[in-house]
Amino acid sequence: MANVIARGRGYTSTIMMVGALLGVFMILALLMAAGAKDTGMAVQAWTFIGLAGAFLVGMSLWAGQLLGRNPFDQSEYENAIVKWGVFASMFWGIAGLLVGVVIALQLTFPHFMYFPEWGFTNFGRLRPLHTSAVIFAFGGNVLLATSFYVVQRTCRARLAGGMWPWFVFWGYQIFIVLAATGYLLGITQSKEYAEPEWYVDWWLTLVWVAYLLVFLGTIWKRKEPHIYVANWFYLSFIVTIAMLHIVNNLSVPVSFTGSKSVQVFAGVQDAMTQWWYGHNAVGFFLTTGFLAIMYYFIPKRVNRPVYSYRLSIVHFWSLIFIYIWAGPHHLHYTALPQWAQTLGMTFSVMLWMPSWGGMINGVMTLSGAWDKLRTDPVVRMMVVSLAFYGMSTFEGPLMSVRAVNSLSHYTEWGIGHVHSGALGWVGYISFGALYCLVPWLWKKKALFSKSLVEWHFWVSTIGILFYMISMWFAGITEGLMWRAYNEFGFLEYSFVETVEAKHISYMIRALGGFLYFSGACLMAYNLVRTVLGHGEAESFDTIEPKYARPHQPVLQPAE
Amino acid sequence: MYEMLSSFAQTGGMIYFVLLFAGVLAYALWPRNQEKFDAAARMPLSDKEPNDD
Repeated sequence: MANVIARGRGYTSTIMMVGALLGVFMILALLMAAGAKDTGMAVQAWTFIGLAGAFLVGMSLWAGQLLGRNPFDQSEYENAIVKWGVFASMFWGIAGLLVGVVIALQLTFPHFMYFPEWGFTNFGRLRPLHTSAVIFAFGGNVLLATSFYVVQRTCRARLAGGMWPWFVFWGYQIFIVLAATGYLLGITQSKEYAEPEWYVDWWLTLVWVAYLLVFLGTIWKRKEPHIYVANWFYLSFIVTIAMLHIVNNLSVPVSFTGSKSVQVFAGVQDAMTQWWYGHNAVGFFLTTGFLAIMYYFIPKRVNRPVYSYRLSIVHFWSLIFIYIWAGPHHLHYTALPQWAQTLGMTFSVMLWMPSWGGMINGVMTLSGAWDKLRTDPVVRMMVVSLAFYGMSTFEGPLMSVRAVNSLSHYTEWGIGHVHSGALGWVGYISFGALYCLVPWLWKKKALFSKSLVEWHFWVSTIGILFYMISMWFAGITEGLMWRAYNEFGFLEYSFVETVEAKHISYMIRALGGFLYFSGACLMAYNLVRTVLGHGEAESFDTIEPKYARPHQPVLQPAE
Repeated sequence: MYEMLSSFAQTGGMIYFVLLFAGVLAYALWPRNQEKFDAAARMPLSDKEPNDD
């Protein structure tokens, strides 16, 4: 397999291999469905059979129409998979944000979509649906799409592995659907951001190893001698997520035909493993992957070289050296030994430096093109994402300090912090990348409407500000209320009073989330109209050549 | 046994990481690499297809 991936030849064999793999797993799923120990397992097994079967049938129909034509022509980039990734990102982004609005409303109005006899839409099930949908489904698809786009262009080589990238893409979507439907059914291993049960974990491991091999294979056959810095960031994301996913999900299934499993680690070891995973999911999924986007899309969009390539190298290595140790700051004042807590805190504070180094490198790439901040709302979106990155990577080290953490931990401040990073940094850099990718991939002169991008930017930015400020207010309020004592040494407030104090903040937060969701809907509408070629999104081949950018590739007659 | 293993992991790990990072710094700041990095910084700007020279 590795040979085929490395050489990129033998395209029919990669189609056969993917087909055989799907067949084997469908048989396994059939056995699990037949002997299912619980209803959830049966539903999940049949869901898998349906989705994998659809992939298999679709692939067979597509392969049957090839008539000997090599679909993996090495003289062209693989763009179709990136196009699918753009649409998957939009779809999952809107779905995940919508669930976020629903659970924000549930916290504000507890009876909203709560049915005592019917658990599917309880907060406890929708919350992991929201987090997994926005992080892994939206963020993951953005990273898949952009990494496949960037690695090909910076290596000047078509994606390696023939059919295997498509296995990665559709296999990842199957993972998302299995995880999401599992949560709704109440299947969870109760580890935050790692809720899917053992069989979904195994499937994701397989998909992820294929992803790593496709990525490495493409780098292996590159025509550029130097491996561009964005590829280093993508590679650290893929490798580290593989390591984190495997170690944190070490578990023994109760039965091979049941959904339940038992964790290998227990007690404080389990907690430390979980937060080693949890914090590095932030570090290597939500940070290095999206920094790779920054290092390709910002220079490309503003047509300026990276401000300091030397800084980018130091940025990369110092970031990954330090991030991996920061996890224990999630476990201050717990059974974790104090030296480990202090270690986590120290590394978190040190992390401030590489974070800001990278941010400065991204912002300064605009040197000589500052006017684009005013004229191009897509550039503004990406630069504001860096501003949010700078803000949340300053707030994070602050909150990791034990004394600050004693006030901020378990309060809404944490939720506000996460969302300034997620909505501001990850969301905006992703939206910027999607706004860039659609005209590039579908060969359009511009987006359907620039003013819609302006609307998206302002509606979402106001939404983020509502979100952040209300959560700061709620978090500090409840943190102070929890630690308030009266003159007899008793706690001043009962817990329910601290919940009640947050009611108005919760309403403002729900409004902020709704605004952000609305902005994403505007983007999806704009991008779909761009693909259709409406408005300003004229095709390059229908306009006068003098308007085409000089570096636009000339279409050959055969195409 | 524990003492030996932990001192190997702690001291050895520290020396290994410091040397590795010193190597990274030397590579990044080595004057002769400047030309290569200048070219690399412009890499996203090129629009070459796989077979272009």
